[in-house]
Amino acid sequence: MRFYEYEAREIVKRAGIPVTDYGFTRDAAEAKEIAARIGGPTVIKSQVLSGGRMKAGGVQFADTPDEAQAHAVDVLKLEINGQMPRGVLVDPKADIAQEFYVGVVWDGTAKQPVIIFSPVGGIDIEQVAEEQPDKVGRRHFSNILPFSDYIAKEVIASTGVTGSDLNKLVPIVSKLAKLFVEKDMTLAEINPLGKLKDGSFVALDAHMDMENEARGRHKALLADLGVGDEETREAREATAFEIAGEAVDAMDHRGVAGNVTEFDGNLGLVIGAGGGSLTLFDAVRAHGGDPANYCEIGGNPSVNKACGLAKLVLQKPGVDKIAVMMSIVSNTRVDIVARGVIKACLELGMDPSEKIAIFRIPGAWEEEGFLILDKYGVEYADRSVSMHEAARRAVEKIGAAA
Amino acid sequence: MSILVNENTTFIVQGITGREAVNLTRECLDYGKGAKVVGGVTPGRLGREVHGVPVFDTVAQAVAHHGGPIDGSVVTVPPAFTKDAVFEAIENGIKLIVIVTERIPRRDVAEMVELATLRGARIIGPNCLGLIVPDVIKMGGIGGPAKDAAKAYSPGTVGVISRSGGMTTEMSSTLTAAGLGQSTAVSIGGDAIIGSTYAELMPMFEADEQTEAIVIYTEPGGRMEAELAKWVTENNSRLPIVAFMAGRFMDEMPGMSFGHAGTIVEGKEDTATEKIARLAEAGIVVAEEISEIPELVKQAIAKRKG
Repeated sequence: MRFYEYEAREIVKRAGIPVTDYGFTRDAAEAKEIAARIGGPTVIKSQVLSGGRMKAGGVQFADTPDEAQAHAVDVLKLEINGQMPRGVLVDPKADIAQEFYVGVVWDGTAKQPVIIFSPVGGIDIEQVAEEQPDKVGRRHFSNILPFSDYIAKEVIASTGVTGSDLNKLVPIVSKLAKLFVEKDMTLAEINPLGKLKDGSFVALDAHMDMENEARGRHKALLADLGVGDEETREAREATAFEIAGEAVDAMDHRGVAGNVTEFDGNLGLVIGAGGGSLTLFDAVRAHGGDPANYCEIGGNPSVNKACGLAKLVLQKPGVDKIAVMMSIVSNTRVDIVARGVIKACLELGMDPSEKIAIFRIPGAWEEEGFLILDKYGVEYADRSVSMHEAARRAVEKIGAAA
Repeated sequence: MSILVNENTTFIVQGITGREAVNLTRECLDYGKGAKVVGGVTPGRLGREVHGVPVFDTVAQAVAHHGGPIDGSVVTVPPAFTKDAVFEAIENGIKLIVIVTERIPRRDVAEMVELATLRGARIIGPNCLGLIVPDVIKMGGIGGPAKDAAKAYSPGTVGVISRSGGMTTEMSSTLTAAGLGQSTAVSIGGDAIIGSTYAELMPMFEADEQTEAIVIYTEPGGRMEAELAKWVTENNSRLPIVAFMAGRFMDEMPGMSFGHAGTIVEGKEDTATEKIARLAEAGIVVAEEISEIPELVKQAIAKRKG
């Protein structure tokens, strides 16, 4: 879950890392007050989750409080990559001598967090790594041993930084590393980390991503920041169709029939499980099909949930037929899914043999499932028909219908 | 032979009184030569039995009752308690831990894996279905009830490693139908950090005389495939590898996760396209469809034997 910059800065500040005397507001008049309080030139920054703010005109410089207000009016109206800003951050225009970079991420290969540090900050760290590899230091640290400052010292020193800069940077980098672990972040980044003309260091921007699975452990922090439980902060906001999919999955606690993502094709998909859905979605597209949605069923959902999901997909505008397909199931019962999707058709006054292009779920209780499908004239397949072949048949049918 | 487990492997089930764990225990006892499930652990349930398996409050009690070291544990406790359960298993001398639980924060997984490494133990998972040696033993829910597992898996020479539990069975069933059995099939889990990656299991398959080829199921997200490609190149492996990559559509949807927690595309290296190129460079054959896999495996084995 991604944080807005104003939230990320608050997290950094709470960890004891120096930040500028910034202010956050949703109101242009208040932006003027903040600028007046700060005194001197300010920067007005749009608060969106998307990158590329500068390019889009979401970062403006003001010399006076009036100018700050005028910029805030514009920035608050400016949509960036499909997102309206949450508000603006009013930041003193710092007197910077040098920009540094520090970030902490997981390394899935080493299975440890890794600190990345560079005396070349303010730009994309991957670009620095490519162009000046000797200016980027990396240092893993243990998941079990308590964090110790020498680790921060080593990574900073490895980039050639020494003297009082080194000694001032060590506590900042250490605090960021500890914050990363304690707050279950998947990314904790300060870029740029500014060295001011007076030799002190201050965080000028911050990016934080918290692991979704760990949100429950940080309720107090999230409440303080005003992040609601309903805020998923996904890469794109959920559509009404997707929210309806979540409601289906929440009908009862048995199994999964959800994780719905909307696409704009004509072939509705009732597919599963995790890897099976990925495989089947690709297979439909490889055969020229145009999926109306992605979804996942698994873990033995109830008849009602399977029915609810199938209904949702069948009623989606533009959907001609649905394909019900899974990889071989061992803990989901074939007959229960079959009952669910047939019930969905009947309750909507649709003919199952017409609406279900193919049913390909082999595995547990398949004999019972196939009997039900036979009764309603639905085309089905067992494991002798591959997932790709089933997808091909579904696409062929819908092609014939169109 | 097989890797990691054989007919003599003893294991416990932590969280054994949960609904899914009860089923899983039944399946393991029934499959192949019958798994030696020597105990189960659920705090507060000492003295009960699950399908004849004695239940204990602690792993230490299970070890004492068994009268010697226990080889493995299948952990099926809720995410908030998993780290503690795995630490308990490791500190009581257990060397092979299969973590079934999903939705465990990365920090916890990383701590478990680091402790396991320190103690010479191995973790499979989390978010996995375990492993199976066809007709011999299964450890975890892989393949489902014994009669269903028997339908999909058959003994043979192909090692299977998969980031998806369900697809482990789909691919093995496809191999079985084409007359290619499996030496060991391992569901390694769908999370961003897992106990055993492809590259970490390869040396064991390499050392297993029965295994002649490897089939892997892969997805976008992470660097695990790049790590495998590097391992294969550096170690001059005797084993041909056939890979299947699912989730190619995700390349167009950066920042979104589908199917498993670990699938998110965060950088260019995480994409399906990039991974396929990386695997191909290392001489790993990438199948377009699951149904092509058996033929590609046969060709690859014939070529090596050349």
